[in-house]
Amino acid sequence: MSHTRGGAEGEPAPAMSFRNVSMTFPDGTEALKDVTFDVRRGEFVSVVGPSGCGKSTLLRIASGLTQKSSGDVRVSRENIGYVFQDATLLEWRTTFQNVTLLCELHGYPKARQYELARKAIELVGLQGFEHHYPKALSGGMKMRVSLARTLTMQPSIFLFDEPFGAVDEITREHLNDETQRLFQKERFAGLFITHSISEAVYMSTKVYVMSARPGRIIAEFDVPYAYPRTQETRYGPDFGQLCARISEKLRAA
Amino acid sequence: MSTLSSFKRNILPGIVFGVFILAVWYFISYVMLEPSKRFLLVPPHDVWTSGLANPAVLMVLLDSLWSSTRVAVIGLLISTAIGFSIAILMSQTPLIERALFPYMVALQAVPILALVPLISFWAGFGQTSRIIVCVLISLFPIIVNTLFGLQSAKAGAHDLFTLHNASRWVRLRKLMFPAALPAIFAGLRISAGLSVVGAIVGDFFFARGEVGIGQMIRQYSSELAGAELFAAIILSSALGVSVFLIFGWMSKFFVGKWADTQ
Repeated sequence: MSHTRGGAEGEPAPAMSFRNVSMTFPDGTEALKDVTFDVRRGEFVSVVGPSGCGKSTLLRIASGLTQKSSGDVRVSRENIGYVFQDATLLEWRTTFQNVTLLCELHGYPKARQYELARKAIELVGLQGFEHHYPKALSGGMKMRVSLARTLTMQPSIFLFDEPFGAVDEITREHLNDETQRLFQKERFAGLFITHSISEAVYMSTKVYVMSARPGRIIAEFDVPYAYPRTQETRYGPDFGQLCARISEKLRAA
Repeated sequence: MSTLSSFKRNILPGIVFGVFILAVWYFISYVMLEPSKRFLLVPPHDVWTSGLANPAVLMVLLDSLWSSTRVAVIGLLISTAIGFSIAILMSQTPLIERALFPYMVALQAVPILALVPLISFWAGFGQTSRIIVCVLISLFPIIVNTLFGLQSAKAGAHDLFTLHNASRWVRLRKLMFPAALPAIFAGLRISAGLSVVGAIVGDFFFARGEVGIGQMIRQYSSELAGAELFAAIILSSALGVSVFLIFGWMSKFFVGKWADTQ
């Protein structure tokens, strides 16, 4: 498990920490109940759960977009990366302009904006598409632009809200690999929301299973495979067994 | 080859229909109307020779058309400025939106004719009153379209701006306003046409000072000068059509690259 804990640094304070977090919406809907877990730097944690179980609410609380009702949330928010369900690109901006957006919002100097954007675009393999508008990009490419935009913030915390749910299977596998590669390279603290068990297992160091509303964490699985994981990992026998065990818990949720 | 077939598909039907209309026009002028009543619908070539191609008439018409164009443009500029301000205000505070919206709808419902005495009471019978008519008639589509456009930015994009601590002003400038552009141009296109209508209608009620194309239409009509009347109508239609085309092109130029506009 050493690869998940950042090696010689020992046990630094977790990048994200949730203690007994509950969330009740004004209309009385209980979205989350008593959620407790940590994500450390170098950990990639996935949360799987039935749809509508409050997984996304968890991310919104982590990022500060939504306020929790009770409990304790500690997230160092100074450079947080949030990848939304949709690519949320601005249609009037080209790929390059979309990627520089966040730097622009933070008032970075132009030269720095361009440097970070160029690097991010290279990381997600979008060279050659810098001057395309979103309407000319496929769903998978839009998601890459979204990833690149997030990367310019050099986030130490990466929140993913079912980002690959809308793309086809092949593209999804590619994006999984790219995300995994980024994780290996940048060693951020990742919190990934998905309803795909195999995606969760493939990318994560740890998978939590959340119950139906109100969302509670009902099971925890460590994923032992070393990075980089490949398609062979995905189709190995114990991979399937792990998925089956998670699936069983999920069905009971 | 492909330009030829696109010509056949897109342009030719319009030309054919135009020829058909001219034929019907001639038919009515020469077959249905007795010579003594032909002034009611003078044949097309008379509209040309004694109207549009007659330098004396054309000069008068172009002068008055130019005056009406200025009225329409000034009216449109004013209603754009007012419309943007109101829409931006409404987009910033739901309370203001709820407070103003019923009056916006009411403004749209008020028949301009009912306001004519009031307008002349305040602003006289000259160009100012015509401009006011243009503003009143073209304001609503600008407000509604701009507001709709400003509110069209997606919730996810707003979340993104919130996450990165964007100020109200930055959010407006970098997110809401660009997102609104296609709708703004759609609104401007409608309002520009309405402003032209307002300028001509305004001429009918407020006839002092500079002469607009509407006054010429009224004058020719009372003189039973069919050829000149049709020439004036054709020119004012041309103004309306050009305004529509100009805003169509502007929309294509400014947002066509990224938005799906028609």
